[in-house]
Amino acid sequence: MSLISAQDLTKVYTVGELRVHAIKSVSFVVERSSFVSFVGPSGSGKTTLLNLIGCLDRPTSGSLTVAGADTSVLSRTEAADFRGKNLGFIFQDFNLMPILTVYENVEYPLLVIQNVSNEERKKRILSLLDTVGVLDQKDKYPDQISGGQKQRVAIARALVTNPRLVLADEPTANLDSKTAFRIIDTMHQMRDELGVTFVFSTHDRKIVSEVEHIYTLTDGKITEKAEGQGGGDV
Amino acid sequence: MFKLVKIAFRNLLRYKRRTLLTSSLIAVGVTFVLVFVSSSSAFKNLMISQITDSMLGHIQVHKQGYMASIDSLPLTMNLSQKQYEKLKKAILSVPGIQAYSPRIKFAGMFSNFMETTNIRINGVYPDKETDVVPLLPGRVKQGEKVIKKGEIFIPELLAKGLNVKVGNTVVVIATNRDGSVNGKQFRVGAVIESVTGPGGRDGYIHIEDAKELLRLEEMEVSEVALRLKDFDELHRVSSELQSALSIDVNKSGKPLFDVRTWEALSPFYNVSRMIEVMTFFIRLMLIAIVLISVMNVMIMAVFERIREIGTIAAIGTRPGKILYLFLIEGFFLGVVGTFAGIIITCLTTYIINAVEISFNFGRQVGLILSPRLEIEQIVLISVIVIVVSILAALQPAFKASRMEPINALRHV
Ligand SMILES: Nc1ncnc2c1ncn2[C@@H]1O[C@H](COP(=O)(O)OP(=O)(O)OP(=O)(O)O)[C@@H](O)[C@H]1O
Ligand SMILES: [Mg+2]
Repeated sequence: MSLISAQDLTKVYTVGELRVHAIKSVSFVVERSSFVSFVGPSGSGKTTLLNLIGCLDRPTSGSLTVAGADTSVLSRTEAADFRGKNLGFIFQDFNLMPILTVYENVEYPLLVIQNVSNEERKKRILSLLDTVGVLDQKDKYPDQISGGQKQRVAIARALVTNPRLVLADEPTANLDSKTAFRIIDTMHQMRDELGVTFVFSTHDRKIVSEVEHIYTLTDGKITEKAEGQGGGDV
Repeated sequence: MFKLVKIAFRNLLRYKRRTLLTSSLIAVGVTFVLVFVSSSSAFKNLMISQITDSMLGHIQVHKQGYMASIDSLPLTMNLSQKQYEKLKKAILSVPGIQAYSPRIKFAGMFSNFMETTNIRINGVYPDKETDVVPLLPGRVKQGEKVIKKGEIFIPELLAKGLNVKVGNTVVVIATNRDGSVNGKQFRVGAVIESVTGPGGRDGYIHIEDAKELLRLEEMEVSEVALRLKDFDELHRVSSELQSALSIDVNKSGKPLFDVRTWEALSPFYNVSRMIEVMTFFIRLMLIAIVLISVMNVMIMAVFERIREIGTIAAIGTRPGKILYLFLIEGFFLGVVGTFAGIIITCLTTYIINAVEISFNFGRQVGLILSPRLEIEQIVLISVIVIVVSILAALQPAFKASRMEPINALRHV
């Protein structure tokens, strides 16, 4: 079974009298351990689609199955638990907790969401920080490190719970193109090492050349499906 | 849980000035209330013991109807020998009474052979009276501490007004029950300080002298004053005594004996009630201060952290945990403020005790206010403040926990 399967997925926002069709009857599947990108201009529906996949929002119609669960029937708390167990999130603005150190930021999902033994927890955090390349920054606070480093920390945070799927909404939008490439590279490397599925969005076509599956979104519809050079080496 | 506590704590430290301001406000409120409560209750207790220990006693028993005409000190309303014996038996049957003193009270004329004025006199057994009102000997300004037969203790005002000194001979004239008049010479044994309140300007003689002066054939008493072992048992003892005496009824079917605590005998009781009412309102004010200040900071905190709330909610923090996170912050604000307040209170009371603030109450001068912090008061105030802090955080915390992650994340 596919990790994500969307059938006639539709999302309509109602703002007063106005109805905005953000996602229009979209169907696609994402297989396990794949590396997928949704590319499209501003307003094309990328964030909306990722929010639906991430159980942060509910579809207006159509069906969406993520990791075997029908996401439209989950209660608030169930959805929170589902996200904590199965999903990892990477945000455009990094969204690290300013009051926590790099180490503590990565630790947070383990502490609040899953109860893992201290020993195991420490090992996992340190090894992840090492893999994403910010181990030497572990005792600094977010405002003491660069944007690229912040996003690496965020990648580590997204991966620390061993999720099945990591969702990243424009993870590179706030980074210069060199750093952006490196971040995509790191994500790719994580996919290769851990077998985690990555789904991310971007409006910058240049950085997705390496991605395996590239969906182009236009006005809430998938208008193109392309295979990148990333290659399915899992 | 511990992790939530750590995060809440760090969040408070993040806005140091605001946290400091709020907890100082709470601390000041706590200090104010505790100092007020301990000072006012010290004042109250001091006053009560002044009044009860220098003349009133804790409880008094009269014949029914005596109190209604107390101004004229009617001899016709005295308890007879038989009734007094009954009363004594009842007093001995109720546990918790330390001492009792029978008194004959009457109004008379007091003369130094040149001038005459009126006087109210208590005839007492000196040792019994001192057991019930231990501050009486302390009121003696000049002369002996203990009343002997043939002697009279007169209030300071009278001594000054008639220019009478200790050792002088005076005469007291009193109307007997049958309307005849009798006089008796006394030696002034002591001049005593007057105290505020009913009976504060009375003179004292030995009860045997009173009996003789009033030509009583057998023992009669106007009132019996009681002192308890433990003042806190006032109401228990009073009602037990009342029920022990309730079998005796007068012709109209009312109880023969009238048992009253100091509260029904001294006007100061109203002052003490007022102090209690004020204490209540001051506590209420503290609650308002804590509620408003904590709620204010927490609303700001939630508003400023909308994106963070969205983030932690998105990565799987349950709404309940987010609620806790903010409640813990409110709790901490309350705890820190209370703790600081208690420390400042301890210092303040220490200082008040050290500088010995003295005040005058009526004719008594140089009473020293010595507030004592009662552990129950501290616990009560702490619990109130901390609970109110949590309640104040509840609404903002609830709002935070109900936020939709996508809306919160979009917030700039
Ligand atoms: N909560 C909302 N209420 C109403 N309309 C919305 C809401 N969220 C998104 N939209 C609309 O839905 C459409 C898709 O928005 P979405 O944010 O998914 O686009 P996007 O591809 O992520 O754009 P960007 O690159 O600017 O982030 C837009 O027209 C947007 O105005
Ligand atoms: Mg977007």
